[in-house]
This record gives sequence, C-alpha cells and structure tokens, in this order.
Amino acid sequence: MPSMSLFMSQVFNGLALGVLLALIATGLTIIYGTLGVINFAHGALFVVGAYAGFSLFMASGSFVLSLLGAAVAAMVVGLIMERGLIKRFYHRPHEDQILVTFGISIVIVEIIRAIYGGVGQRVPLPSWGEGVINLGFVTYPLYRLEIMAIAASVLFACWYVLYKTRLGLIIRSGIEDALMVRLLGINVQRYFMLVFGIGAAAAGFAGMIYGPMVSIVPDMGFRVLIQSFVVVVLGGVGSFPGAILGGLIAGQILSLTSLFNPVYSDVMLFAAMALILIVRPQGLMGVEGRA
Amino acid sequence: MSQSNESVIRGGQAAAGPAYHAAGPTIMQRYGALLVAGLILVLAPVVAPFIGAGPDLLSRVLIWGIFGLGFDLLFGYTGLLSFGQAAFFGTGSFITAYLLTAGIIDNMLLALLCSIIGAAILGVGIGYLTLRRSGIYFAMSTLAFAEMIYFLEFGPLRDWTGGENGIPGIPEAVVDFGFVEFFVGFGWPMYTFLAVLFFIGFAVARRISLSPFGVILTAIRENPERAMAVGHTIQRYKLAVFVIAAAYGGLAGGLLGMFQGYMPPDAFNLHTSAELVIQTVMGGAGTLFGPLLGALIWLYLYEVLQFVDSVGPYWRLILGVIFVILVTLFRKGICGEILAWRNRRISRRMAAAMPETGRSYVDPNAKLVMRDAPQMESGRPVLRADNIAKHYGGLKAVKGVSISIQEGELRGLIGPNGAGKSTFFRMLAGEIQPTHGRVYLRGQDITGIGVTQVCQMGMSKSYQVNTLFDQLTVKQNILMSVLGHKRGSFKLDALKAVESVRGCPEQVAAVLGMVELTHRAETPIHELSYGEKRRVEIGLALATGANVLLLDEPLAGMSPEERVQTVALLKKIRVGRTVLIVEHDMDAMFELADRITVLYDGNFLAEGTPEEIRNSKAVQDAYLGGMEEDE
Repeated sequence: MPSMSLFMSQVFNGLALGVLLALIATGLTIIYGTLGVINFAHGALFVVGAYAGFSLFMASGSFVLSLLGAAVAAMVVGLIMERGLIKRFYHRPHEDQILVTFGISIVIVEIIRAIYGGVGQRVPLPSWGEGVINLGFVTYPLYRLEIMAIAASVLFACWYVLYKTRLGLIIRSGIEDALMVRLLGINVQRYFMLVFGIGAAAAGFAGMIYGPMVSIVPDMGFRVLIQSFVVVVLGGVGSFPGAILGGLIAGQILSLTSLFNPVYSDVMLFAAMALILIVRPQGLMGVEGRA
Repeated sequence: MSQSNESVIRGGQAAAGPAYHAAGPTIMQRYGALLVAGLILVLAPVVAPFIGAGPDLLSRVLIWGIFGLGFDLLFGYTGLLSFGQAAFFGTGSFITAYLLTAGIIDNMLLALLCSIIGAAILGVGIGYLTLRRSGIYFAMSTLAFAEMIYFLEFGPLRDWTGGENGIPGIPEAVVDFGFVEFFVGFGWPMYTFLAVLFFIGFAVARRISLSPFGVILTAIRENPERAMAVGHTIQRYKLAVFVIAAAYGGLAGGLLGMFQGYMPPDAFNLHTSAELVIQTVMGGAGTLFGPLLGALIWLYLYEVLQFVDSVGPYWRLILGVIFVILVTLFRKGICGEILAWRNRRISRRMAAAMPETGRSYVDPNAKLVMRDAPQMESGRPVLRADNIAKHYGGLKAVKGVSISIQEGELRGLIGPNGAGKSTFFRMLAGEIQPTHGRVYLRGQDITGIGVTQVCQMGMSKSYQVNTLFDQLTVKQNILMSVLGHKRGSFKLDALKAVESVRGCPEQVAAVLGMVELTHRAETPIHELSYGEKRRVEIGLALATGANVLLLDEPLAGMSPEERVQTVALLKKIRVGRTVLIVEHDMDAMFELADRITVLYDGNFLAEGTPEEIRNSKAVQDAYLGGMEEDE
C-alpha cells in the first residue's frame, strides 16, 4: 500500500490532469454540440497553442502574455479553419467532417514540424511557478497547483458565459435547434464562428499550460485528442457538465492507476470507456437520442 | 403456425409487355472487375520499372491493398468510418510473428490463418462495444480502443510482443501445402505470392459486395432507419462486416511481418489506422480498387519525395494538403470519380439505346406474396392497442388510447394537428416504446420488440415524410424490403448471389406492378417526381410482405391527379390486407375507410362508420375548435 502522501500527491496530479482534459474536452464538446462537427483537429490546435506560447515565452519572457498568445493563436487558426473549410461541411455527412478535420490536423502538425523540427522543446517554468509548496499532508510542485486554479477559473468563465450571458443563451439554443434560432432573426453563422473560436482558444490555452510539465513535440496532439475523446464519451457528447465530470474521472483513473501499476494507466482509462459504452452508451451526462 | 395460408394477390396490370425475365447482370458486369484486377496485377511488374518502382514497393502496396479491401467494405460500402484498424493489423502481425518465431506453428499459411482468426475474434469484441453508438461516437471509440490495444502491446504484453523492439527473426516465407512446398524468395517471387493473395482477397470482397448481405450493407449506409424498418437487424450486419474488415486487417498484418522478416511494433500505431483511412479516401472508397491505388500513391510519393532534398521532410505535409483538397472537392476519390464519370456516360448511352429497359420487369403473372399469418378466430382483432400512452417529460403526446382492428378492415385515423396521431402510429409500428400500455399483433405482445421484429411479424409502416434509399433506383429500393422478407432479419449469405434468393425478382416485379412504377424501375429515387416517391414509399412497406399496413398520410402534398391515382392504389392494396391510415384528406377517408377513429389532444375522441363520424357533434366541435385556434 503506497504511503498517504504519495497517494495524495497522485490525487492532486489526477486533479491537475483532470481539469486540463476537461478544458480540452469542453472545447471539443461545445463545438460538436453547437455546430454538429466533431473536430479531429482539436489536438492540433492544442499543439498550436503549445508552440505559439513557447515562442512568445522565449521572446518576451512573460508567461501570462504567452498564455494569452497561445489562446489567441489557436483561436486564429481555428477561425481560419472554420471560415476556410469547415463551414462548407456543415451540410455534409459526419464522416466527411471527420475526414476534413483530420486532414487539417495533419497539415497543421506538419507545418509546425517544418518550423520547429521534430525534436522535443522544453518550456521553462514561469518564475512564479518554481519550487514546491508544503500543504501539510503533502509537498507538491507549486506550478501544478497554480495551473489547477488557472484551468478551473477558465472553466468557470466558460460556464459563466454559457449559462449566464445572452451569448451563452444563444449558443445553448443553437445546440437545441439551430434552425429555430435563425428564424428568430439571429445570425447563427456568426455565433457558430465564435463558438469554434472559443473552442479552439480553450485547446490552445490548455496546450500552453501543459507545456512546462512535459517536453513539447509536434505529435503530442494525437494522444491528447484521443484522451479527450474518451472524456467526451464518458461524459456524453455535447454536454458541458459531462466534459468536466469526464475530465475529472479520466484524470483520476490515469494518475491513481499509475500509483499501483503505471503500465495499466492508459489501459484502465479505455476500460472505463468500454464500461460506459455497455452500461450507459449515451455517456454519464448525455441525453438519449443525441448523436 | 399450422393453419397458415399463403395469401396471394395479383399484382401488376395485365400488360401485354415482353415476357418476364430476371434481367440478371451480364457476365461482364459481374466478372469485369476481376478481369481488371488480374490485368493490373500482371501488368504492374512490367510498368513499374518505368516509374522507378521495384518489387518491394509493389509488395508493400499489395499488403496495404489487402488491408484496405476489408476497410473498404466497412467504410465504403457500409459507411462505418473506423479509426482503429491498426488494432487488427497489429494483432495479425503479432500472431504470425509469434507463432513462427516461437516455433509453435511452422507452416506459414497456417500461421496466417491464425492471424485472420485472432484478428476476427478481437473484431467481435471491439465491434460489439463500438457499434453500440453510430456516427461520430463510432469513429472516436474505435480510435480509442485501438489505442488501448497499442498500450497493451507496449505494456502488459511486452514479454510476448517485444514492446518497442518488436519480434525479429521471422523465418523466410515458405508456402507449404503438405504435398508441395516452395520458398518465396525476395523480390518478384514475393510480389507474385502477394498478388495471388490479393487477387483471392479481391474476389472474395467483390463477391461479398454483390451478395444479398452486401446489398443490405448498402441499405445501411444509405438509410439505416429504413433498413431497420424493412426488417433487417442492422446491428448484426454491422458487426459482421466489422469482423470481416478485422479479418482482412489480420491477414495484411501477418503478411507485413512475413514480408519484412520482423514484426514492427508500429503496426499497432494510430498512424497505421490513419494512413489506411487516407489511402482509402484518396483512392476512392466503395470501389475496392481505391485502397490499392491510394496505397500506391502514398507509398510511392513517400519513397520518391524522401530522397528529394528540398521537399523530403515535407512529404506528409504535401500528402496532407492533397488529402484535404480531395475530401473537399473530390469526395469519391480517384477511382470513385473515374467510375462515376464512366457510369454517367454509360447510363446516358444505355438510356438512349434502350429506352424501355425497365419493361423487362413487367410481368403479367407476378404475384405479390405476403407473409404467412395464423388465421385469427373470427371476432378477434388482428391489431390491438391497449391503453397506450407516450409522455415526453411533462408533455403527454398520447394519453392512453386503445384501438382494435379486425382482419381485412381499412381503418382511418383522423384528428386535428397535434392530436397525437403520428406518435400513436409510431408506437404501433414499434418505432418508439409506449410509456405505458401494450400492443398486440395477432394476439402476440409486440410492445417494445422494435420495428425490425414487428416488420418480420408482418406489419409495416409507410412514412409521412419519404424515407427512401435516395441514391438507389426504384428497383433496388424495393429489393431491400423484399430481401428482408425472403431472408429474414439476418443471414450471413455473403458469398451467394442475389438471384439465388428464391422468389426475389418475382416479388420485386409484383410490387413494381402494384404501385405502377414498372417503367421507372431503373430510375434513381432522386430523379422521381414527388407523387412517384410517395408510391415507392408505400411500395417499400408492401414489399416487406406485410399483411398489416400502417400508412402515415399517404396522400399528403399530392396534386389532384396524383391523389386520384393513389386513392385507386389504396383500394387495390387493401384487398387481403388489414390497413390503418392516418390522413388529413377527409373526403378520401370517408370514401375509403370501413371505420374511422378520431383522436383529439392525445385522447380517444370517437369511433364509428364514416357516416357516424361525419355527423358526430363531438368531432365537429373538435375540428372547429382546432380551426379557431389556428386562425
């Protein structure tokens, strides 16, 4: 049996990973919920954020600035994608949408590889994130604690926008019935673009805060994409609370299993997904009949 | 069903058309593709040196081509986009390598067979889980499960799979049939061996695509809801084709290990799944040749571009851009676009030369065969609903309605908009489950057994909004229903021909005659007029062999002439059948129905003969009340 402090630090690791996955999956799920497109390029946008943030950090030395820059860069790429290609695919079959976003993800990742090369880059910790903190029961890296707070506040901001503002009301109605919203005289297209931008920004933002914990490589988006798919399947496609719940569960599964046997951590994540597909195929918070 | 009687109704007019024959496909249509495949395989070694491609490249292309044959059946024919085929490729690769290197099995062909079986078994497991959801869920979860297999291979199973080192030292390929044995050397002999296997694999896949089983895969791609409604258990078809695709993947993976002499660990990698998807889409999904062509382009460009200094590092980028352009503009892929272009020309030429093609389906003697049905004791209803209700949250669409319909009766169901008629109908047909109450067909409880089983028991519904297989011809549409009748809800006759299904062409001819669309037999649905589509809609329900029909607004949106025609058709089809019709056209209802049931606001309002309903004060108030609200 592992010691209490080790256990607690893994719980915290799981929480950190969980909020991160929740953030990425939120982007994925609101894009799907509103636009009906499952964005296979979401992992690539995560990578765009990580590299854009990395460059900005190297140039400016300001981590906060590079966080914002990462979000903006991913958003810009996302908007170009949406306006340039994806909007032509809203009325085509899901399979075509998957294929085109998947193709875009290859192009984005290869462009990044062409610019930065294939070797891993290390993003240094910001000065305010160095060192550890003693929480009494566990000594824990300060940065991870901080990103939990940052990601949680971004998630809270997403929730606030979606559920407490006029914009959120329109987006949520768009999820229910885009045609009706259009008939009410609202330019849904513009909101759709905005949703895609917000989703992309969330992925880019997550890419940058994830950066200092690992070394970044152009291919890292695929694994993140798959993990966020699992999160979305766990929580239910198109459900914002589902993405958060799924993210937190996935984070705990990944980090707690590695406490006992690291080899099984990813396998257990997929086993959890298999279980959900058997007992509750629509996902924990999903609505029957959607998708 | 001891007292069963085979009810036979005359279909088709006694037209003095040419004698009936089952216009079967010509030899060229059926075997032309095999000839082309054979020619390509024979000519490739002759042409290849001119573009600088050697036997190794072509061998690799063939391995991916075999992999793609199965995937094309899954994606191109059935419309299931899997991103997890690497799981089967890797598993097949591992099994062959392990068996041969550990000395468990010496015979290479036997080891490959084990790979096929192993991958197929894995396919049953993954397919069972991932096919529980369709569309995007399927793509996401296949990707995730393949990743799980990848982690298993690199983690818990590394003692067997060698982890990131793979399994080296696979012995040279030997073909050993017991009585004759020969080495397959590297280079062209290897190409020949793989070409033979590819040809066999191609012939089997082609055969599957032309079988009744394969025809239903197309129905599933075109319109899964209707495929279910005409009596096919589509879940089992999907699982079957998923397993077939897995088996092809297992074979290809096994061949890869044998070809390279070691099992590469990256066979399990998600890039393998992704490249398969890209190659298939590039070459053209749904053509069987597409994956082969896609693999050639992919591997050739890789080989060529790699050694060009300025573009070498960017080969994936270049292919990615090409892929995006293809998906956006030429979704059918290269082979698909060529075929579509050729078919357009052929169909135009054929139409000009033989304007009366469809007339061979006029058969004055074709009889529409209905399903066997147990005779009901007189007075017992054929269809009975017992206080059924449907609540959607707080909304009570139907609040508890009972109905009972006698053998041979034509019952009208009317009511103002929002009365709950369509919901009531959908519960009867088994499309949705009632919140409470039960439905009985010929005394048997059919509540909640689902639309497919209801259809197999002899009751079918035509839809208010046309729900057809839009890309197929009228004849092919009708065929989908007929197959559900003649073959049952599931049959794995993947290697048989459609003509071998007994009574199939006759039934198609009879239905076409009945709905008077014989002359339109070869016309794709999307070229029909609205009224003609409505008749196909009814034809699909008829062709299931149903003896109880539920028709949801068969006259909706028709022109006056179309309406007259359809009323005549309804009179014709009610002979020998029990029919329930929802309709807003009161005049038609009063003319046709034996009895009429009126729903209002989710409740039963009245029932009686047309005369009684016409004079009912309650019905008049309900309709007038409804009018006042509307205007």
